[in-house]
Amino acid sequence: MKQFAALVNILGSSTKTNDKLEALQNYFETASNKDKIWVIAIFSGRRPKRIVNSTLLATWCMEVTGLSPWLFDECYHTVGDLGETIALLLPGAATDNPMTEEHTLSWYLETFIRIEKEEESIRKKFILDSWQQMTRNEQFVFNKLITGGFRIGISQKMMVNALSKTVQVSPSVIAHRISGNWDPVTTPFESLLSETDISADYSKPYPFYLAYAVEDDLKSLGDINEWQAEWKWDGIRGQVIKRNSELFVWSRGEELMTEKFPEYNAFKDLLPEGVVIDGEIMSLALPAETGVFKPLPFAALQTRIGRKNITKKQLLEAPVGFIAYDLLEYKGNDIRDLPLLERRLLLENIVQTIDHPSIHISPVINAPDWDALREMRLTSRDIGSEGIMLKRLNSVYQVGRKRGDWWKWKIDPLTIDAVMIYAQKGHGRRSNLYTDYTFAVKDGDKLVAFTKAYSGLTDKEFAQIDAFVKRNSIEKFGPVRTVKPELVFEIAFEGIAASNRHKSGVALRFPRMSRWRHDKKPGEINTLEDLKELLNIYNQASGSSTQEETVS
Amino acid sequence: MPLIEFSDKGLYCRQGDFYIDPWKPVDKAVITHAHSDHARWGSRHYLCHHLTKPLLQLRLGDNPYESVDWKEPVFMNGVKVTLHPSGHIIGAAQVRVEYAGEVWVASGDYKTEDDGISGAFEPVECNTFISESTFGLPIYKWKKQPDIFDDIKNWVAKNKEDKKTSVLIAYSLGKAQRVLKPLAETGLPIFAHGAVYNVHQALVNSGWKLPELRRVFPDTPKEELAGNIVIAPPSADSSPWMKKFYPYSVGVCSGWMQVRGNARRRNTDAGFALSDHADWEGLLQAVKATGAQKVFVTHGFQSAFSRFLNEQGIESGEVKTEYGGEEEESKTEEVDVAAIDSSPVNGELL
Repeated sequence: MKQFAALVNILGSSTKTNDKLEALQNYFETASNKDKIWVIAIFSGRRPKRIVNSTLLATWCMEVTGLSPWLFDECYHTVGDLGETIALLLPGAATDNPMTEEHTLSWYLETFIRIEKEEESIRKKFILDSWQQMTRNEQFVFNKLITGGFRIGISQKMMVNALSKTVQVSPSVIAHRISGNWDPVTTPFESLLSETDISADYSKPYPFYLAYAVEDDLKSLGDINEWQAEWKWDGIRGQVIKRNSELFVWSRGEELMTEKFPEYNAFKDLLPEGVVIDGEIMSLALPAETGVFKPLPFAALQTRIGRKNITKKQLLEAPVGFIAYDLLEYKGNDIRDLPLLERRLLLENIVQTIDHPSIHISPVINAPDWDALREMRLTSRDIGSEGIMLKRLNSVYQVGRKRGDWWKWKIDPLTIDAVMIYAQKGHGRRSNLYTDYTFAVKDGDKLVAFTKAYSGLTDKEFAQIDAFVKRNSIEKFGPVRTVKPELVFEIAFEGIAASNRHKSGVALRFPRMSRWRHDKKPGEINTLEDLKELLNIYNQASGSSTQEETVS
Repeated sequence: MPLIEFSDKGLYCRQGDFYIDPWKPVDKAVITHAHSDHARWGSRHYLCHHLTKPLLQLRLGDNPYESVDWKEPVFMNGVKVTLHPSGHIIGAAQVRVEYAGEVWVASGDYKTEDDGISGAFEPVECNTFISESTFGLPIYKWKKQPDIFDDIKNWVAKNKEDKKTSVLIAYSLGKAQRVLKPLAETGLPIFAHGAVYNVHQALVNSGWKLPELRRVFPDTPKEELAGNIVIAPPSADSSPWMKKFYPYSVGVCSGWMQVRGNARRRNTDAGFALSDHADWEGLLQAVKATGAQKVFVTHGFQSAFSRFLNEQGIESGEVKTEYGGEEEESKTEEVDVAAIDSSPVNGELL
């Protein structure tokens, strides 16, 4: 455990990716195979089930320390992390306590599994005994292992890269190997990674071609007839791969997601051998009568990702489809150097042939000139898209983010000016800073809270607001401060929906602070009426069909 | 009428007609210590400890300063004022105010661990105690100074091995002097930012024996700095001034480093929770040792700390002051450094 705690300490405090990689590599070179397997499991989302909930853990900490609940809460809201709060409050064992018995990481995790179903008293004794033997840093890591999350500054991708360097196998092969269903308790490290199985390489995706935002006047792009315009969809960019009679679905973050979307299972038999399709993983509803897809809000897709087991209900409520943009491989040949026009024809042919409700070709927008396209872009929100993609018809499929042939042209967010009325301390690197705010609009002479927002400002602005909150708080409700309604912000958001869970009657999609309006007084903010008007216009955001702009 | 009132200019003793650490210009100011949120410009008379006087001269320029020794009484209209070590930084004092048998003590900033340079905190019995609470939550529990010094020395050694310069961020008055001794024990040359250097010189000139410190000049050769130690104030962190030391590792000495998120926000390579303020246990010890019947809690986590004291049966109230501000984080430090940096004494800025 000491070795792992030291690793977590470096990963959590290091500011340089290279240092983190080096620490991981060093760990993988020196740790026991059993512990390595568990580290891979933890950083790829395969933690053992929680053996206690947060409330019990906090209660036991209060028992050990004799602190009252309000003081514990005060501490928690200042630290912003439960596992760390507990570690800071508990008496820590001396750094080199000769009395303590050193257990391995795998011992702790396998004990979690062993006692998960035992009575509470047994689990409590295990945790209290463990705390007693640990230094503060070990307690922190132990608590994090119990409470989950384990966001400590490294991604699965980074771990894969470190493993790749240690065992000399390419990252995409490792990403493939550690995907799927394997059990850290029974899988030996050798069989997970060390065997030299080159055939696994066929899962590999191509690097994605990404676009920059449109910079100049569209007319500088030349003749509109040399361009293909498509709607820009707000899902997860991905590649669907069929090779060797197997199906692989990769996200842009190089995460293998094949098993997350059972809707795609059918592609395995339907798709021709040796194809790679670039597209968008989206939550789509399919109205039976039209056969035209209807995007569901990103929030629907969110209910599907990050989950190992999907329930029937989730499948029903948030069905996932694939919107096909491009064809990168055809009959086993890399065709990225063909012009888009030709790739598109092949792609349309494939999608039409398999004719499956979970895969759709990305509709092309026909506009006679740039001005007409500009007009059509304004309707993006009506069909649940976030703008327009422009691709040169003769463009090859490049690697990474490149200027010139592909551009994205997002719609401007909706905005509303609002005043800050509540503030709460943030988490992680915003620990002990007031960075989480609630905003209100005017309703007559009252203020009505309508959204929270945490992002969009610079660290310097957050520091200034933090100082304001500390000097201008009126009341304290637990961790929340009521502040003098004085600071005005422009709140930007991507969508608005009716909600009966909120007093204002609306819920915003992706709200953030786009500007601090130093120039506006609280009296000049928007009203609840203004919000309701936006709601009237955009509530059916994902409602209408995309048929009329579609080319067949 | 209370012996000390909380006025909009600071802590005010009406009977003696003087203020303690006023934040606006007044006629008579008793100064606990030379940090900028406690020692402000513009008052007509200043009273402080002998050790604080040269620091005020550096900070505030020439003014009528009266300085006294520990426990040397000064009478103002029948009010007896004495200074007692608070252990915060060099010269830092608690102010004991006595009139007609009633005793109040204003703590200023304090820490209960003797750091070997600032003087040992002296518990002073009183009826009413005015306490700071910068780190007034039980999550703040300091490691012993020798252990933190070991951590710092190990970090320096590791950097040396990796051929990196160790840039230690420490408040120019207080922590910069405190870390000098352990840093000197590494045997490596120690360089300093102008702000740190000026305080160091002021102390050396007034008779302090401190390890040698070399000032970083624009023309100091890179090779002389490489792999060695640089002490810099918080305002220099992440500034272009740091480029000269590349490759380097940054370590921050601050009580706020106790919480990981704060260290991450500072984007620091190493955080050392070394503070010149008392931790939770230190605050409680100090309050109990005064035997005070009433405790006023100022800057820091005052609401939590005073609520806790009330629960312990010690009558307590919160007071808003302009020392740093509530739950302030390294802000006072930065303000102070800025003040030093821009003072005419040391023209050189970053």
